[in-house]
Amino acid sequence: MSSLSIQHLLGLQNVPKEDITLILDSTDSFLEILDRPIKKVPTLQGKTVVNLFFENSTRTRISFELAERRLSADVVNFAAASSSVKKGETLLDTARNIEAMKVDIVVMRHSAAGAGHFLSERCTSKFINAGDGAHEHPTQALLDMCTIRQKHGTLEGLNVSIIGDIAHSRVARSNIYGLLSMGANVAVCGPPSMIPYDLEQLGVRVFSDVDAALDFSDVINVLRIQLERDAGADFPSLREYHNAFGVTRRRLDKLGREITVLHPGPINRGVEIESEVADGPYSVILPQVTNGVAIRMAVLYLIGTRAE
Amino acid sequence: MASFVFKNAHIVDPVTGLDAVKDVHVIDEHIENIGENISASGAEEIDLGGAHVVPGLCDMHVHFREPGFEHKEDIRSGAASAAAGGFTAAACMPNTDPVIDTASVVSFIYDKARGLAVDVYPIAAITKGRKGEAIAPMVELREAGAVGFSDDGSPVYNTKILRTALEYGSMFNVPIIQHAEDPHLFTGGAMNESIVSTELGLPPISRLSEDAVVMRDIMFTEYVNGRYHLAHMSTSGSAEAVRGAKARGLNVTSEVAPHHFSLTDEEVRSYDTNVKMNPPLRRMEDVIAMKEALKDGTADAIATDHAPHAGFEKEVEFTYAPFGIIGLETAVGLSITELLLENWLTLPQLIEKLSTNPRRILGLPEIRIEAGAKANLSFLDIARQWTVDVNTFKSKSRNSPYNGRTLTGKALGIYNNGQLILER
Repeated sequence: MSSLSIQHLLGLQNVPKEDITLILDSTDSFLEILDRPIKKVPTLQGKTVVNLFFENSTRTRISFELAERRLSADVVNFAAASSSVKKGETLLDTARNIEAMKVDIVVMRHSAAGAGHFLSERCTSKFINAGDGAHEHPTQALLDMCTIRQKHGTLEGLNVSIIGDIAHSRVARSNIYGLLSMGANVAVCGPPSMIPYDLEQLGVRVFSDVDAALDFSDVINVLRIQLERDAGADFPSLREYHNAFGVTRRRLDKLGREITVLHPGPINRGVEIESEVADGPYSVILPQVTNGVAIRMAVLYLIGTRAE
Repeated sequence: MASFVFKNAHIVDPVTGLDAVKDVHVIDEHIENIGENISASGAEEIDLGGAHVVPGLCDMHVHFREPGFEHKEDIRSGAASAAAGGFTAAACMPNTDPVIDTASVVSFIYDKARGLAVDVYPIAAITKGRKGEAIAPMVELREAGAVGFSDDGSPVYNTKILRTALEYGSMFNVPIIQHAEDPHLFTGGAMNESIVSTELGLPPISRLSEDAVVMRDIMFTEYVNGRYHLAHMSTSGSAEAVRGAKARGLNVTSEVAPHHFSLTDEEVRSYDTNVKMNPPLRRMEDVIAMKEALKDGTADAIATDHAPHAGFEKEVEFTYAPFGIIGLETAVGLSITELLLENWLTLPQLIEKLSTNPRRILGLPEIRIEAGAKANLSFLDIARQWTVDVNTFKSKSRNSPYNGRTLTGKALGIYNNGQLILER
């Protein structure tokens, strides 16, 4: 295997196609490990990984932790709710103190965009971004791309639509950057109030008609409407959202052809996606979760063993 | 008794029209004589070697943080920073703790500034506590020496309060200075809304937030025949609105900060919190619009919005960092580099923006460089190239995005209140 040109994985913007390809190619061998009776290899033995989660997460944190343990890394978990952050410690002080305990890799989730950039410029550990505000969530996009590639054999030339609240979505941004680098044609679809400013400049198509977006697409990635946010700020009601933008069996049937359905989870059934679609034959939502562990193993391996 | 003869001084005075290399003899607070080959017994001779001597510069928009936040800056350190930047006067905004909304706080600031080379003028709050809910005692504040009224840091958003402030304030010869921002459009914002905020995923602040308030305010100013000054103008839209207001003969003025005519929001890609300010850095077309506004007189003044913050306050995630940068010690260099050398302004026009106009807006005495006048002078070397090093700054704070940048043009110091502060 060759090595990555990047030192940290802070996002997919400006990450070369060769690096993304290397991560996706490496994932196949890690998927094979997950199917073994003994799902553990000594690849990161002696390395210490800290999962710094300043924001609640279930699946991403478990996925990273499983990936780390299966590579035999020593794992430390940190959750802001029970940390010195509650006592007023700054992010930088927290990170420097943890780093002084001699860790090798920091996996960080944070509510502020750019938090990973901020720390990586001030610390010596290697950083993997597990989601920073509305900025990027690169391992999610990599697992999405891995899943699409499994289904379609390639990303080159595929038409992929991301449907939902694009403005606040780190998943959308990482998918846009990654998919464009890999040669896919990317569109987004959602209420105009949820499309960020000048997004077309990134080279994506913008739809506000979900049927038109479906018509364009070989693959759709349906984003969760964040019920914990004040949804009324950007659209009138969940009912109206579902009626206007929900991905339904009826809409897919109208297409008369197969379309691959992704969702980064957790799903709001009956809001952005119908159960019949989420659990239907075109859905790859559960393979996404499995691929997530393998993608994170690949990223940890490639970042953690990268020669300086 | 202070007595100096400044030899080979290139005097540029937009008020008197003087533009010549002369000697200037000052004694204590007054100019004794201007002429050729002056020799005065007992006077210290200082050869300026052709450096420019101009009417003392006045920054009409600074935050000196005292009372309340002296760890960022206090009046003494702020004045030292002003002097190093070539300013003989600075008007300080009222977002202190306590707020400048009573005569006692106005008097406190004058007391703290007494005896300094730099004149410090308090701008008082428009509303009590800067809460935007009830008008502050403007007569009392004006009588105590407030030179303007502003809730800077926050807008006066309530239309009834705005109307009252413009009407009530019209009995004073000072402006209502607006921090133009629509709070509903601003909430949680960290940077200008653009393709950059879209890519970085940072909470955006749209230009509409400024434009909408400026257009509304101008309508009110016209209706009540008030006196309105737009602080830190940053968008092409608000420049256009001010231009229109001036064309209609309204008493509307505006200022531009050096960072808004020298940097774009592309700088934010670094996530460096030293480029986080409010209003935020805008697009290149807004930067050009600010230069055009200065050139055609839409923008009357250059004001720094000097906003010191301690290092630990800025050394955090971009979203959580406070807004603001320091500006007093880079303003002259940036103005010369970006405006004079790029031929947007002549030197006399630049001096008008940095001295004459801000004083006129705030109702401060006019400065003339002539025998018998008060000696209120700034010394500038407009050809000197230098590299910004924040560690040499007199300000207590270091939050400047220009550290390491090479500028052409530097302030050498000031002479004011009988005191010489000069880099030799």
